[in-house]
Amino acid sequence: MIEFRSVTKQFPDGTVAVKEFDLVIPPRKTTVLVGSSGCGKTTLLRMINRMIDPTSGHILIDGEDTAALAPVKLRRRIGYVMQNSGLLPHRKVIDNVATVPVLNGVPKKEARAHALELLDTVGLDRSLADKYPRQLSGGQQQRVGVARGLAADPNILLMDEPFGAVDPIVRAELQQETIRLQQGLGKTVVFVTHDIDEAFLLGHQVVILQKGGHIAQVGTPAEILANPADDFVASFVGADKGKRVLRIEKVGGRDVVVDENGTPTGVLQP
Amino acid sequence: MKWLESNFELVWQLTLAHIALSVPPIVIGFLISIPIAWVANRYRVSRGTILVVLGLLYTIPSLPLFIFMPIVLGTPLLSSVNVSVALTIYAVALMVRTAADGLESVDKDTLLAASAMGYSAWQRFWRVELPLSGPVLLSGLRVVSASTVSLATIGSVVGVTSLGYLFINGFQRNIAAEVITGIVAVLVIAVVFDLILVLLGRVVLPWSRRERTGSTRASRRQAALLSGGVS
Repeated sequence: MIEFRSVTKQFPDGTVAVKEFDLVIPPRKTTVLVGSSGCGKTTLLRMINRMIDPTSGHILIDGEDTAALAPVKLRRRIGYVMQNSGLLPHRKVIDNVATVPVLNGVPKKEARAHALELLDTVGLDRSLADKYPRQLSGGQQQRVGVARGLAADPNILLMDEPFGAVDPIVRAELQQETIRLQQGLGKTVVFVTHDIDEAFLLGHQVVILQKGGHIAQVGTPAEILANPADDFVASFVGADKGKRVLRIEKVGGRDVVVDENGTPTGVLQP
Repeated sequence: MKWLESNFELVWQLTLAHIALSVPPIVIGFLISIPIAWVANRYRVSRGTILVVLGLLYTIPSLPLFIFMPIVLGTPLLSSVNVSVALTIYAVALMVRTAADGLESVDKDTLLAASAMGYSAWQRFWRVELPLSGPVLLSGLRVVSASTVSLATIGSVVGVTSLGYLFINGFQRNIAAEVITGIVAVLVIAVVFDLILVLLGRVVLPWSRRERTGSTRASRRQAALLSGGVS
């Protein structure tokens, strides 16, 4: 469990990225922080592994105040996946995946053997192990990034818009993979995105943020859709545009679901 | 050719002396430049000041510097240390800016990722920043190598043995073949050094092949500086 307690972050230039932020992130679930740019979502994520330190307030992991923990050690036990993979271009795929275990003192041979298994886990062919990141496609690089994030078997996985830069088809694949991995491994995933559809797809808990890290609404996707807290949320999730208001039309004896504009979105199973 | 045949032993000895005179400044200049470049990059003010001041060192004419060295260092007038130290100063003057550019050229996202993985600042420098600036450092080192090999000839003017002896002696005794031999020998050393550096780069930086064209700007600037600089 990760807890934000009255966390404020003011940057040296005076911008207040996050103000008096409170949130409980449940264990072994996916929590998605979603909002437009400037809402402080990435700042919040980076405060969890102390890439950024809060100006005031506390962040607790399983009841332990992170301010009391050494940042480098803390980061090694929290997985981190970022946009554009952030792989080290001078290290082979296998060594990129083995990065954190090697930093933790695991013998290189052992770390590499485990890294090979992780390539299987994220659905990559083992033949890619000896390639350099730039020889891989964007989607493959992103998978390597996920494998690296999982390598030290962390309880927590932070994902900072990891699929923002890949094409829609690959993104859909990676999203499904993320759901499968999260369920299979039972990690606490904190995911940042500006895409509400991605948030609803992945999140057990979705946190909709407004400027300055102000929470507009927290809830399951269903709760948010059923009862948007205010006009901002309604507009953000698209409830006001009719995209989320569906009705059934009979077509050829089957129940076709259409949105408010009449665009078919699917068919109901009998 | 005839001159070379009868004086081969002399040319060979001078070549070895020339190499011995050139290598330490190249290596030491490179090693000194990296921490200076790191400090320069640390703060905006220090970057401007350090790079400009050290860059200006390269404009000091070499002969006065060679003569000046014994006074500063307290070394004997004819000691080769004078020339070595002076050449090291030139090497640093050339190398620091490239090294600073090289360290600066490392992708910020990669550094961020490295920190997020749990590299300490020290580990990140040695295992990420330094290797990734390798291609730019190498391009700078190649310029430094060529410059040092060529400048070492001037050592002969202040009595330190190098291939420059062939220029002076050949000029005074009006033996064209001797001067030409000297020029060719210096060129050969410069080319061999360059090849060694390129091969070294291939071994140490296997990931960078046919990549990182970003280094050309820095090396072009060095080349311009070199051609307009010391005589």
